[in-house]
Amino acid sequence: MAKKSKLKLGLYWAASCGGCEIAVVELREKILLLDEAADILFWPVAMDFKVKDVEAMPDGHMDVCLFNGAIRTSENEEMAHLLRRKSKVLVAFGSCAYEGCIPGLANLFDKDSILRRVYLEVPTVDNPRGVLPQPATHLPEGEVEIPRLYNTVKTLGQVTDVDYFVPGCPPQPHQIWAAVEAILGGKLPPKGSVVGANEKTVCDECKRLREEKRIKKFYRYHEIIPDPEHCLLEQGIVCAGPATRGGCGALCPQVNQPCRGCYGPPPNVMDQGAALLSAVASVVDANSEEEAARIVGDILDPAGTFYRFGLPASTLHRARLGNR
Amino acid sequence: MRKISIDPITRLEGHGKIDIFLDDEGNVANAYLIIPELRGFEKFVEGRPVEELPDITPRICGVCPEAHHMASVKACDAVYHVEVPPTAKKLRELFYLAFYVADHTTHFYILAGPDFVVGPDAPPAERNILGLIHKVGVEVGGKVIRARGMAMDIIGMLGGRRVHPLFGVPGGVGKAITEEERAQIEAIAREEVEFALFTLDLFRKIVLGNSAYRDMILSDIFTLPTYYMGLVDEQNRVNFYDGMVRVVDPEGKEFVKYAPHEYIEVIAEHVEPWSYLKFPFLKKVGWKGLVAGKDSGVYQATPLSRLNAADGMATPRAQEAYEEFYATLGGKPVHHTLAIHWARVIEILYAAERLLELSTDPEITNPHVRNIPTAKPDEGVGIVEAPRGTLTHHYITDERGLVVKCNLIVGTTNNYAPIAMSVRQAAQGLIRKGQVITEGLLNRIEMAFRAYDPCFGCATHAVGQMPLEVRIYDADGSLTQVISRA
Amino acid sequence: MAGTFEPRIIAFVCNWCTYTAADNAGVSRLEQPPNVDVIRVMCSGRIEPAFILKAFAMGADGVIVSGCHPPGDCYYTNGNYKTFRRMPLVERLLEQFGIEKERFHWGWISGAEAIKWAQLTHEFTERVRALGPLNWSRQLESKED
Repeated sequence: MAKKSKLKLGLYWAASCGGCEIAVVELREKILLLDEAADILFWPVAMDFKVKDVEAMPDGHMDVCLFNGAIRTSENEEMAHLLRRKSKVLVAFGSCAYEGCIPGLANLFDKDSILRRVYLEVPTVDNPRGVLPQPATHLPEGEVEIPRLYNTVKTLGQVTDVDYFVPGCPPQPHQIWAAVEAILGGKLPPKGSVVGANEKTVCDECKRLREEKRIKKFYRYHEIIPDPEHCLLEQGIVCAGPATRGGCGALCPQVNQPCRGCYGPPPNVMDQGAALLSAVASVVDANSEEEAARIVGDILDPAGTFYRFGLPASTLHRARLGNR
Repeated sequence: MRKISIDPITRLEGHGKIDIFLDDEGNVANAYLIIPELRGFEKFVEGRPVEELPDITPRICGVCPEAHHMASVKACDAVYHVEVPPTAKKLRELFYLAFYVADHTTHFYILAGPDFVVGPDAPPAERNILGLIHKVGVEVGGKVIRARGMAMDIIGMLGGRRVHPLFGVPGGVGKAITEEERAQIEAIAREEVEFALFTLDLFRKIVLGNSAYRDMILSDIFTLPTYYMGLVDEQNRVNFYDGMVRVVDPEGKEFVKYAPHEYIEVIAEHVEPWSYLKFPFLKKVGWKGLVAGKDSGVYQATPLSRLNAADGMATPRAQEAYEEFYATLGGKPVHHTLAIHWARVIEILYAAERLLELSTDPEITNPHVRNIPTAKPDEGVGIVEAPRGTLTHHYITDERGLVVKCNLIVGTTNNYAPIAMSVRQAAQGLIRKGQVITEGLLNRIEMAFRAYDPCFGCATHAVGQMPLEVRIYDADGSLTQVISRA
Repeated sequence: MAGTFEPRIIAFVCNWCTYTAADNAGVSRLEQPPNVDVIRVMCSGRIEPAFILKAFAMGADGVIVSGCHPPGDCYYTNGNYKTFRRMPLVERLLEQFGIEKERFHWGWISGAEAIKWAQLTHEFTERVRALGPLNWSRQLESKED
């Protein structure tokens, strides 16, 4: 029997935390099935192929590249362009590549304020001459270079053409496997689709009982012990479920935590933060402007709450430069 | 001088590289371990409600999110001046120990193990978990996947997601456990103790039983005497979740013991322009550069450091293993970098034993697991031992509990200076007089940093090893030789 | 000074109240600056926060949202309740993004208040003119500066 040729696969991480890698390890025994079906040609975190090896490949040589991590430095961007050229299919894998994720919160600040805080201001730093990391440094032995930090964190799709998006921080292992099976079986949806998630919101998978949401007060989740059976939003805890794409299994509400929105916007919603703002405002039970303002005034950090994961992908992308 | 760039190596949360400079005789004048990335957590958490930091800060590292989560929750407890109910404390520790079993197992088998099981000079294509499984058998491979998986199942049971779980809450934990869940955890813990003993045995057979590896462990190239740091309980035994931070000097004498809020008086961070990562050091000793010894403020915070800084282990079989460890290596403290692997396996055993103890604690199913904070929030420090080192979260908030200032000293960061020195030492010891540089040599340089289990080493997958390429340029800057892993 | 900045202002107004006022203002030849582009929606409750953000992202220097007076004027009974539940959050969100609150006005103008509409267009235009252009997309072109 002729051996089916193996899929040529690449995996790469840009400005990420490694969680997407661990999510792949959480495939557990299925990893061995993946290994049978695919040749991994590039995976800097695990294999010995260099950037030079990728550069030497013909364009489009790799069938699929799973790219996780946001674009935060010049090196991240260079790798995004390189891997786009060398891959037939480029997948934005995980929330950072898809919408910016937590590193995207840096878009509420700028490069200078970050550098100042980390290298000059924190109480433990001992830096009397105010040394900051430099793109190039002349050392006694020679020159050393490091990538340039950008002001703005970008998604993969904002720097290059992306074929598919796998949401989640991280994507859940059962969804990763579903995406892998779709790739191996050649059953991929139209280009630009979100894969590895469902077409509804987190509420659809959440087992909590929902009645009618009429909130007179919002609570921060350490302020009350919520009833374990009923909808968290109905109890006044801001839960991003109504404005978050489903498919994760609604794991967080099962352990009494509100959804924070890591699977990104639901289908047909461009700006998750705006959608979540609307969703949260819509459950407020107020008869006057003053009452409404007071109730929503309990939400102390709209930007960080509504755009926890999707700031770079949002309509405004970042806070105004020079804001702080 | 000629420059050899090893680019990339994997690191904390993305990438790293090593620039090696050769003098005219072909000896290594210096080698720099460079971290080329920064995300700025210490800045962008400003303005966030502090109780959201246990959700935000785990995204510093998806391999040890539980460590950040726990340090963050403890810092929040301190900010809100809230007492945690006893059952919640035990549940947090239980959760944390399950994480330790999973994480240390991942490192030992998937990352470090192949070097020893398959061999440092083995063909790169075999020097990975698959090669390891071929060597030791599918049964062992299945055992490892199962052991790691079961520990992760405990994480999922308590924290929802298995990566970036959410379990802790300021004032307690999010849920209590039922008797059914407790019984499941106990059954898993029993298996994990057996698995830890199996792993220790494997280490003895394959590493200690091999004279070449023993020589490598004891060699000067891989020996680095510095100060050592770790969390200890009231009896000075290793504790991952809580206690005081103890630092011993290179001779093993206690140098300082401090409570979390005192960390500012003990640790300072040095900055170099050629890397985004800072170099923590002991303030009272001072920054003397990348040098070892008692007069340099460089310290290590690794499993080995924890064993060096403590007087013993809190569980019986781990204590036996601890005694065997020091008896074999000639007493305390041990300065052999590769012995960190052994210390790590001993910690798996301690974690599993302690997990079993807690899972059978009579209080563990008590439903009272949260206290609601009532005091005004202001400032707090939370410290835990991350698998990779002492982890410190320090938050200052306004009166509404929004973060105003944040400072973080992260596990691997503690070790930046020692890792840089170990790498330089390995490069200087192994590259001499312009000799031919083999792939195995590159791997041995890698073994110098891999022992520390830096976050970059940990995030790897099941197959393969880290990419290395050595590019050798002559004095004109022309490329004369390229050696890369096959 | 040469080349005075002409603000570009987008106004989302409800059909039954504020649009009627704006229409009356026009018919009555009340003087209004040309800077305000009116977008008519059936109810202020139709205005999603995303519209406001999009307006700024696409180049607006200022945004107005206006509908029927609560509690009783809304043609759809309580569409404007949705408005006053959302807008305080939008204001604070914009502030966190560095968009000054003087660039965003939300309120109520009934069909009979044509003069109030005309006054608003004048005052708001001048307020935004004093702040200068927002030019949101320009900062996205920056990489490191």
